[in-house]
Amino acid sequence: MNFDTLLLGLADGISYAGLLFLVSLGLTLIFGVLGVLNITHGSLYALGGYTAASLTTFAMRHAFDATPVLFIALVLAALLVGLLMGLLLDLLLLRYFQKRDPVIQLLVTFAVFVILEDVQKLIWGTSPYAAGEIVSRLGTVELFDVTYTVYQIGVIPSIALASYIGLNFFLKKTLWGKQTVALTHHREVATAMGVNVKRIGALVFILGAMLGALGGALAVPVSSLTPGMGAEMIVLSFTVVATAGLGQITGALITSLMIGLARSMAVYLLPEVDVAMPYIIMLLVLLLRPNGLFTVAQSRRI
Amino acid sequence: MKLGMFSALSVLVLLVLGIVFPWTKTMLIIGLCYGLSALGVAIPARSGQVSFGHAMFACVSAYAVAFLARAFPSMDGVVLLVLATLTGTLFASVFGSFVVRYRGIFFGMLNLAISMVIVALLGKLYELSGGTDGIRVQRPSWGGLVTERAEFETILLWVSCCVALLAGWFYQRFTQSATGEALRGLKSNETRLEYLGISAHYVLWVGYVGSGFFVSLAGAIFALAQGLVTPDMGSWTRSGELVFIMILGGSSHALGPFVGAAVFQAVKLFASAYMAGVWQMLLGLTLLTVIALAPEGIMGAWQAYRCRSSKGAQP
Amino acid sequence: MSQALLQASDICLAFGGVVAADHIDFALQEGERLAVIGQNGAGKTTFINICTGYLQPTTGRIVFNGHDITGKTPRSIVKLGIGRSFQLPQLFTEQSVQQCLEIAAAARGARLSWLTSLSDSVNHKEILETLELIGLREAANEVAGELPEGHKKLLDVAMALMLRPKLIIMDEPTSGVSSQDKHGLMALVMQALDEKKVTCWFVEHDVDIVSRYATRVAAWIDGKIAADGDPKQVLQHPQVREQILGLTPC
Repeated sequence: MNFDTLLLGLADGISYAGLLFLVSLGLTLIFGVLGVLNITHGSLYALGGYTAASLTTFAMRHAFDATPVLFIALVLAALLVGLLMGLLLDLLLLRYFQKRDPVIQLLVTFAVFVILEDVQKLIWGTSPYAAGEIVSRLGTVELFDVTYTVYQIGVIPSIALASYIGLNFFLKKTLWGKQTVALTHHREVATAMGVNVKRIGALVFILGAMLGALGGALAVPVSSLTPGMGAEMIVLSFTVVATAGLGQITGALITSLMIGLARSMAVYLLPEVDVAMPYIIMLLVLLLRPNGLFTVAQSRRI
Repeated sequence: MKLGMFSALSVLVLLVLGIVFPWTKTMLIIGLCYGLSALGVAIPARSGQVSFGHAMFACVSAYAVAFLARAFPSMDGVVLLVLATLTGTLFASVFGSFVVRYRGIFFGMLNLAISMVIVALLGKLYELSGGTDGIRVQRPSWGGLVTERAEFETILLWVSCCVALLAGWFYQRFTQSATGEALRGLKSNETRLEYLGISAHYVLWVGYVGSGFFVSLAGAIFALAQGLVTPDMGSWTRSGELVFIMILGGSSHALGPFVGAAVFQAVKLFASAYMAGVWQMLLGLTLLTVIALAPEGIMGAWQAYRCRSSKGAQP
Repeated sequence: MSQALLQASDICLAFGGVVAADHIDFALQEGERLAVIGQNGAGKTTFINICTGYLQPTTGRIVFNGHDITGKTPRSIVKLGIGRSFQLPQLFTEQSVQQCLEIAAAARGARLSWLTSLSDSVNHKEILETLELIGLREAANEVAGELPEGHKKLLDVAMALMLRPKLIIMDEPTSGVSSQDKHGLMALVMQALDEKKVTCWFVEHDVDIVSRYATRVAAWIDGKIAADGDPKQVLQHPQVREQILGLTPC
């Protein structure tokens, strides 16, 4: 194992971590604010990816060829999917099952996920989709004698970081953001204070959905789209969220990096356990800190 | 008619089906295995802790059958079943001692994580486990008897039926016992349990080991019935199916998971025959409907209906 | 002088900047009925939480009935003979009143049954008597979570009593109960305690209840015991009158 391999692993890891973070961010946001562990998030990832692929393919066929256009199409697809699906899911499902047991809510999202898996297969079929154009267009960069794609070490991490900074800004500095934080801490008190819970709830859900879809869209150029991608990503992002601590945003960033890097390094160093790496990490973390790495103390209940 | 009677009668029906339509035997055995596994998942679920990785015990037990059969080709089927079930149950006791410290989502996720690691390892360690192709299990003798395929299936059907009835009986007794009710108390107030001097961890561990036993037993039978063990026997989708079956049938009575398994198999068959490609959608819609309209599952709805009609019948 | 049933020495605990327990020395004799009064946040419940193992003190030692219980879990402390009821009743909200009591009774034994039903593993007569005593015989099959507040409090106390403890600690047994029902509830509880010869320590805000039922009163102010002893004397203590009872000095 030489230095080059190490750097490649690092780059892979960072790019993978970026995608993981975007999806996990949406998931942990929805859980933190609404208390729902949303398995449908995996479908949003997949749908975001497939829609983005279709849109960019469409754009290319109709000579909207320029790279920025393609890129915008990618992002737009994700945001649209997130918005639409987020609204739909919130209105039709979440409101209806709001007062139920958290496990029941989780199963509801699981049921919807399973339904959407088939919807996805019906629309786009089961053969893998690939749309790697953008990556090759953006070219490569050389660092320390190793070649990386700009997309992997530039675009994905920047968007991930931008989302993180943007979300933090939203939560800390804007009115709606602060209301969201209030809602997270104490639903009843927030309502009594005049926070429009329904509106904020819908907002958060849509925001989370858009982040998930964005992750999917950005994954398009670097991976091929297959029917199982949503399932794989949801399990992985759950792992990140549980390891970081439910609702922890900065924690999710750090954990995504940790898991992303561990996974990539394992591919080169310990290929037998590369797939299992995220879960092994989660197991180790939860053994030592049962509520996740970054959870804050709970207030007294008796 | 009491539910116990109904269970016994259903078993008779299954046995008759197996005689009259011999091609249904494997399907019935598999259905019973699913039901038994879902029954296992139902035990910790009563304390509000739903495991999303329980299929791993079926997987471990199945691979135990495969490894033992491969190493000792003349080992009897009964011995294989017993040893494999013990192996799975041992795993459950060991993992259980860690896992019972967690609650809610973390309990679910920890179980999921362990199962993913096991599945990943089995998939990758090709030399040992045959990788994703799995290992074939030769038909063993049964109690000293060497049998043909058809006879072996009949034996397994009988075994599954007896096991299902016994398991149901144990489930009913256990859930109404002091430990079973303490387990249910864990769901609503763990602090109170501790302040009565009852160890919540211990109570949950007992339930967890019991559930591991049921699922391991189901996995061993499944391995013998299918003749092949693969890593995806322990996949998270399988674990999810078990949870789904449990919710569908309801966990208030032992019959529930078996009813759920029957409906699940029926939907799968129906969907793959007439609407191939959308069976998952159908399953998802069924789950949503059940959760929305009958949150206690089919058995729960049935029991509520019986309760209402008996109240209504009073003068 | 006989050894105290419960002896706490030099107990300290602070949450950040707030001192909840400030070098508390405290002894409870067998047979006493101690009422603890104090403002909200004075440290009354925190001290109970410390003595029952829910919180760990930073310094100090607690001895109960000859056993050092400092640092032990609630479970082991309960097993040694302390029963507790809570400010917010801690019940098994999805199970029936009878089942709550039965679980408490079963907990007393060495082992919980695996196959024998809960009802069969406990003394039926005892359960019925307890239900009778707390006046919930008719409500035996009601779901605990749906009981009116006063009944929940009664059930909470009854569950603690089922353990046949030497000491029962009740945190605000009459709070949330209507003024009409308060005295009835306390009379019922005290009668039950008398019958079973249990030492009692209760936190209470209602001065009437305190004067009527306590043999000793301890007043908590800012994490310290400001006054301790005969109920009449403590209730006349100037600091107690001013800071806890809110009365102007006479």
